[in-house]
Amino acid sequence: MSESNLEPFHFYTRQNLIYLTGRKAKNISELLAGIKELPLSSIYHHTHHYLEQFEFLTPEPPNDYAYWIKNILQDRLLGEEIASLDLSQFSTLEEIRNKIIEIIEVSVQRNTESLQRSAPPGEEFYFKKARSFISQTKYISNNLTEFLECLKNVSIYSIYFHVFESRLRGSNSDFSTWLATSLNETELAREFLRLDPYLQTLDSLRKFFVGLIENRLKENTNART
Amino acid sequence: MPELKEYAKYVGSDIIDELELYAAKLKNVTVQNINSTAVGGGVAEILTNMIPLLQELGINAKWDVIKGGEKFFEITKKMHNALHGQQGNFSQEEIDNYLETNESNANQMNLHGDIIYIHDPQPCALIKRKQEIGRKWIWRCHIDFSRPDQFIWKFLKEYVEKYDVSVFSAPSFARELTIPQVLIAPSIDPLSDKNKNLPQETIDAVLESFKIDKNRPIVTQISRFDYLKDPVGVVKAFKQVRKSVDCQLVLAGGEATDDPEGGQVLAEVREVVENDPDIFLLLLPPSSNIEINALQRASTVVLQKSLREGFGLTVAEALWKAKPVIASAVGGIPLQVVHKYSGLLTHTIEGTSFAIKQLLQNQPYAKKLGENGREHIRKNFLITRHLRDYMLLFLSLIYPEGDVVYL
Repeated sequence: MSESNLEPFHFYTRQNLIYLTGRKAKNISELLAGIKELPLSSIYHHTHHYLEQFEFLTPEPPNDYAYWIKNILQDRLLGEEIASLDLSQFSTLEEIRNKIIEIIEVSVQRNTESLQRSAPPGEEFYFKKARSFISQTKYISNNLTEFLECLKNVSIYSIYFHVFESRLRGSNSDFSTWLATSLNETELAREFLRLDPYLQTLDSLRKFFVGLIENRLKENTNART
Repeated sequence: MPELKEYAKYVGSDIIDELELYAAKLKNVTVQNINSTAVGGGVAEILTNMIPLLQELGINAKWDVIKGGEKFFEITKKMHNALHGQQGNFSQEEIDNYLETNESNANQMNLHGDIIYIHDPQPCALIKRKQEIGRKWIWRCHIDFSRPDQFIWKFLKEYVEKYDVSVFSAPSFARELTIPQVLIAPSIDPLSDKNKNLPQETIDAVLESFKIDKNRPIVTQISRFDYLKDPVGVVKAFKQVRKSVDCQLVLAGGEATDDPEGGQVLAEVREVVENDPDIFLLLLPPSSNIEINALQRASTVVLQKSLREGFGLTVAEALWKAKPVIASAVGGIPLQVVHKYSGLLTHTIEGTSFAIKQLLQNQPYAKKLGENGREHIRKNFLITRHLRDYMLLFLSLIYPEGDVVYL
C-alpha cells in the first residue's frame, strides 16, 4: 500500500447553540404537526443531541421523539418504532423527517387509541432547534500515521462532525471518503462504515477508529519487513 | 482565580483547545454583564467564576451591578416570586419605582459594551437605552418561567422583546416571543471553593464546628431560606423518615442581599423544627463556600425539594461530589437528574420521605446514582461547557443568519 498526499485531511469541529422555539406538544397530533412544520434544524436537534448530551445512556434512548412517546405518552409500540429508526441509513435530514412522519401516521391509523394519550402538565414535548458553528481545528493529516495522531487528539465534537454532521449537511468531509479517495485505503474506509455510529458513544467511536488504523499500520509494517 | 488549563484534568485538554478556537473569533469584543447583586445567589456566583475565564480567553468581559434602594429590591423580589408563579398585585407606585430605578441606573451607568448582557428582571428595563446607543443586547433569565403571573409577564415582555436575544435555563421556560430564545443551562466550577476537593480533616472540622455527628447519616438541603425551596416540606419529610431510620437533617442556607424574605421563612421553619436536636438550621454568610462544600461532601443523601427552581445549581454541586440526590422535577432539575439513573425525582413530601429511606438503606444503589450523576455533570454542567455556550451566543449576534455557520 502506498500513502499518497493528494488531499490533506483538515479536521473541523462544530458546536451547537440550542434555541427554544416556544412551541410544545401535549399529544401525538401536536407532535406530528411540530415535526412537519418546524425547520430541519429542529429535526436535527431532536434526533442527534442525545449522542452528546446523554452519552452515558447510549445506545438508548436514541432520540427525543422516541423517549417522549415511550416514557411520557406511554405508547410503547410507537416509541419502539421511532427508537428503532436506523438513522445511519439516511443521508439528509429531510429523509429522516419524512420517515418519522410516515411511521407516526401509519401507527395512528392502525391504533387510533394513540390519539387519546396526553402528556401530564409540565411534561409536554418542547420543540427546540440548533444552530451549528463550524470551525477548522489546527489538526491536519497528510497520511495515515498523521491521521491516527490527529484522531487521538481532536475533541469528540470533531469526531462527531466528521462522522454525523458532514454527511447530513451534504459535505464530503467524512473520514471514510478521505481514506478511500486520498489514501486509496478502500478496505479501511469500508471498515469505518461497518459500525453503526448511532449505537456508540463518541469515545468508543474514537477507540474503534484508532484500533482500525493501528491494525492497518501494523499490517503495513509487517508487509515491508 | 484558576486558569483555564487547570480545568483540563476534568474535561480534557481537547475541550480547552476548542474553547480557545472559538474565542479567537471574539478577540477584544467587549461583553458588559449587568445584574443586581455582587454577592449571594446563583447569578453572582456564575459571574464571579465566568468573568476571569472569559477575560483569559481574550474576550473583554466586564461586570457591573445596578444600584437600588430597599423598596426597589422588595419590588423586584415580589416580581421574582410573581414570575415564579405566585400571584402578585403590583401598585402603580411599585411599577413606577421599578422603572425610575432602572432609568436612573441607565443614565448613570456607562453602557459601553459591544454586547450588553443583562441578567434577570431587576435591570431588564435598561433596554430603553438601546434606541439611543444601539449595541447588541442579551436578556438572560435565570428563574423558573414556566408559569409566570400574567400581569407582570405582560409588563416585562414589552421590554424583553426589545432585546436582540433572550436566554433561558430550561425548555419549559420558553415563552411566545418575537425575539430568538436560546437555551443555556448554568454550570458549576469544579475548582471553586464550593466544589474543589477537600481533605477529610476540613470536612470533619466543619461538622465539629456545627456539632453535627459524623458517625450518623446526614440528610442535607443547601439553599437559601425561601418559600420556593420548601424548607418546611423538607423538615416534614425528614420527620417521617426518622420514625424508622436514625439520621440527622442539615438545612443550610445563605443570605442574598436582594432577598428580604429570608428571615420570615427561617422563623416558620424553626416553628416546625420544634427544637429537634437532630435538625441543624444553619444560616450561613456568603463567604461560607468551604463550609457548604464540606456539608455536601459529608452528606449521605442530598435533597433539593424546590417548588420552583431556576436551575438548581445545588443539585449539580451535590452530583459533582457523587452524592445521591433526591429532587423535585421542577425548572432545570430534570436536565440534571435523570430519574433512577442520576438521582431520584419526587413530587410530594411522602415520596421524598420514601426516597430518603430507600437511599439510606440501599447504599450500593445510592452509590451508583451518585457516580452516574458525577459523570453527567462532568459532561454537561461544568463551567467549560457554559463558557462555550456563552461564546456561541456572542457569535450568534455577530453571525445572525443561517442554521449552519462556518467561522
